[in-house]
Amino acid sequence: MIHESLAATHAVVTLDVALPDVFWGWFVTMNMWAKSIGTGLIFMLFLLLRKNSSEMTGLRTSTLIVSFIMMNIFLLFTLADLHQPFRMWHIFFYPHWTSAITVGAWMATVFVGLEFLMIILGFQKKTESFDKLLFWVTLLAIPVTLYTAGIMAEASARELWQMSTESVQMILAATLSGSAAMILLGGSKLSDETKQFFGAILGLSALLAFIIYMSEYIFGGMKSEEVTAILAHVKGNGEYSTMFWIGQWVAYILPMLLVALSRVSKSNSLLSLAAILAIVGLWVVKHVWLVIPQLLPLS
Amino acid sequence: MQLGFLVDLHLCMGCKGCEIACKVENEVPLSTWRLRVKYVDVGTFPETKRTFTPLRCNHCENAPCERICPVSALHYIENGIVNIDKERCIGCAGCVMACPYGAIYIDPETQTADKCTYCAHRIASSMMPACVVACPVEANIFGDLDDPASNISMYIQDHRDVQVRKPEKGTNPHHFYVGAGQVNLNPLASQRIEGYNLFNKITTLPLGGHHE
Repeated sequence: MIHESLAATHAVVTLDVALPDVFWGWFVTMNMWAKSIGTGLIFMLFLLLRKNSSEMTGLRTSTLIVSFIMMNIFLLFTLADLHQPFRMWHIFFYPHWTSAITVGAWMATVFVGLEFLMIILGFQKKTESFDKLLFWVTLLAIPVTLYTAGIMAEASARELWQMSTESVQMILAATLSGSAAMILLGGSKLSDETKQFFGAILGLSALLAFIIYMSEYIFGGMKSEEVTAILAHVKGNGEYSTMFWIGQWVAYILPMLLVALSRVSKSNSLLSLAAILAIVGLWVVKHVWLVIPQLLPLS
Repeated sequence: MQLGFLVDLHLCMGCKGCEIACKVENEVPLSTWRLRVKYVDVGTFPETKRTFTPLRCNHCENAPCERICPVSALHYIENGIVNIDKERCIGCAGCVMACPYGAIYIDPETQTADKCTYCAHRIASSMMPACVVACPVEANIFGDLDDPASNISMYIQDHRDVQVRKPEKGTNPHHFYVGAGQVNLNPLASQRIEGYNLFNKITTLPLGGHHE
């Protein structure tokens, strides 16, 4: 459509004032990536409790600590991304509840506080209280991991960030990176059967996330010319094309293949390699999808 | 009272007087703009013409920037203006990401979001916005949309080709254009040839104006 109108009018922007194009850069990528691992580990710990609680021994506190560290990395990069980081407290004293940023900041703070409490319970060997609290923390982990999709949906200048797909992608990012991190953290503490269970979650998460990205890649442009223009940056030889496909291969395609191979060959090392690739690739995937909608001229 | 803005693009001659008046009135720092005039050339030589489009905050009735702001730094005042409290802003840039019109920027001096406020401080003193006063051809028309006898309401009644930017976004802008075409209002309806835009490779000086 747009190409026809261009040919008809030969319209060229000869003077415009460039506003800086990428406002949310790799700090926000780090934020989303670390939060996915942090909340994903909680999901996996809960699943482990339900599936085989005897294998929780030795993993309760260590998993919580890793999740707590990742959540603090998430908070640190959220703070560092602010232009006025010392005013962060305004979110708590002047909250504006229509904003997903405010809601998310409050939920993430409560979440991290509860994680800290669970770590103390873990050190005190109060496993019963720990496991009870884990249920509520897992419930809270769902909106904590989802709210970033809400922020992206409220960023209405960026057509590609649709709430329906982004919210699914946020959950899948958590299950992908959470299962990957659990496979790596579990080591010899997890039985082969449990590792294959987490491997299955990893493979299925990768498959579903890959399907959604491919659906948007192929069909997204049919809905809006803005999305068409944005996707031009990742299609053909456009900017971010290579990075996009590296992300898809490293985060999704290769882990899927490696998980399948590990099931056939009963190889733990293949599963571990799949886990490492998924965690690394997720960062790339998130970064491309974050940056490209910001390249579209709005004026 | 719902204040609104209308630009008659038949009249605008691209002098950028409004742009400069805005920068002076609001002390807008170098490399940033609350109001800017976009030039688009249409046609093939010798059948060409140049169009001018002043772009500023649209003061939407359903403003995405107000909704996403976590601390109410962006807020409505009773006359419909979307104002900004720079003392409260935390600089998250959520509003920059939410505004479909690219009207919000991060002020390099205060490190907070900033944008056109329809010169709310002047309105409070019963004065017109600086850009309205500066326009030599009275292309900028400002007034109360709720008052059918106001200049802007009568202008809207008298003209059939009144448009807003990106109506499909559902923001319900209080900023109108008369005499606009696709190339004026749609960012994707014109090419941006790399290397031929005056500000394509703009050099932003750090505060103090010295290169490192």
